[in-house]
Amino acid sequence: MIRVEKLIVRAGVFQLRELSLNVPTGGYAVLMGKTGSGKTTLLEAVTGLKPVVSGHIILGNADVTRLKPAERNIGYVPQDGALFTTMSVRDQIGFALDIRRIDKQAINRRVQHLAELLEIEPLLDRTVVGLSGGEKQRVALGRALAFGPSTLLLDEPLSALDHVTRTQIVGLLKRIREETDVTCLHVTHNREETAELADVCLELDDGRLHRAESLVASTKAE
Amino acid sequence: MPKTKPLSETPPHRVGSDAPFYVGLVIIGGFYAGLIVAMLLADVAYMRGWESVVDSAEHPLWAIFVNNPLGKALAQPEIRYSIRLSLLASTASAILSLWVAVPVGYLLSRHEFFGKNFLDALLDIPIVLPPLVVGLSLLILFQFAPEALRERVVYEIPAVILAQFAVACAFAVRTMRATFDQIDQRREQVALTLGCTRFQAFGRVVLPETKGGLITAATLAWARSLGEFGPLLVFAGATRFKTEVLSTTVFLELSIGNLKQAVAVSLLMVVAALVVLVVTRLWGSGKLTL
Repeated sequence: MIRVEKLIVRAGVFQLRELSLNVPTGGYAVLMGKTGSGKTTLLEAVTGLKPVVSGHIILGNADVTRLKPAERNIGYVPQDGALFTTMSVRDQIGFALDIRRIDKQAINRRVQHLAELLEIEPLLDRTVVGLSGGEKQRVALGRALAFGPSTLLLDEPLSALDHVTRTQIVGLLKRIREETDVTCLHVTHNREETAELADVCLELDDGRLHRAESLVASTKAE
Repeated sequence: MPKTKPLSETPPHRVGSDAPFYVGLVIIGGFYAGLIVAMLLADVAYMRGWESVVDSAEHPLWAIFVNNPLGKALAQPEIRYSIRLSLLASTASAILSLWVAVPVGYLLSRHEFFGKNFLDALLDIPIVLPPLVVGLSLLILFQFAPEALRERVVYEIPAVILAQFAVACAFAVRTMRATFDQIDQRREQVALTLGCTRFQAFGRVVLPETKGGLITAATLAWARSLGEFGPLLVFAGATRFKTEVLSTTVFLELSIGNLKQAVAVSLLMVVAALVVLVVTRLWGSGKLTL
């Protein structure tokens, strides 16, 4: 689960004020907000990349507020993927496992399994240079999921993709949900993404959070 | 409400020719490029005049190699020592510079801290300070050092390396900082979330991406060290067979009136500079051209 209690985060002159949110285990939350509303700041706070002024962050039953990013058991997919340009796709996906000193055989098995799930087997021995937007997102997802995190944070994963690729990646995210019980927080500025994926819809406005109607819910209400 | 006059009624807009602009650019650029080419050609042309020696020699082909001023210079043991010391000292200085420039460049690029602007300006001082002042300051600094240390360093070979390092490192730091600035921080951040310590993130994700920048920084430091003169003269002296390097050789030859010899050795340094340029452009980071 992802639970945030009365979080205050400062980012320059901007501030997230006393945010509280709760995503149940295995749930999928979509957080919407205009550019500049603080979505990335919130993600950075939850990952531990940004210090918190006050409040608590609880991930999967553990209070991680004081923990380093490496200890929070989080998969993070930033905007534009931020892939490692000097590593092959295989090494990149296996990176987190290599850091944890898991033996080569086990890493290869895990990488193979993920590559099948993400449909990127032919790309495994390539470098990331020249991959398409959709392929880069798949690799980034693989890299984040390799060590089996309990939480997955996605910063605008679909923004840079064309319509067809977007549909494919949405399908992939659904599959990931089915195959793992990872709790997801998906940040976007696009309302349409909520329809297919979200259990929980949130909106961030000027540093404050409120529940929002998902597209599905509002069309049902009509 | 009356409409504003439609744009189609205003006369068509005409601009003059762009030719004078480009002619101006070419003239200015050509002047400086021409100056550089002229300087190099003059050095080479000064070497002519040894053809008469070759013509009268018994074995003309061999004579070309040995009797030209460059060959004559290379035949002298002092010059050979000078070349050897130059290469070794410049390499040592470049390696030391990299050792310092990588962590310092990373620190400056990634972290904000109290006094950062001051540190930044401080590290630029060796670039801005007149070279003789750098040498003199080092000399004075070592006046305060214990005698044992002073005897080993001042006017000895370590002084050559130290004087070169003092200036070359500043350039290396600048280059490495620019290199790190160009690497997206997100990558290290992702590495942290994947379970890395800062050191692991640095070593496994960031450093591999700096290959081009490292080459540029290393060659820049090396070239700068090779050409360093002022600080060396004051701090290391220019003693033959001890602290003489190529730059001081040119000076020494000039000061005893051996112009041909001085130019010959200068040409050696020109060749070294050209090699450095080629290496950087081929293998260095394209965004940090020398």
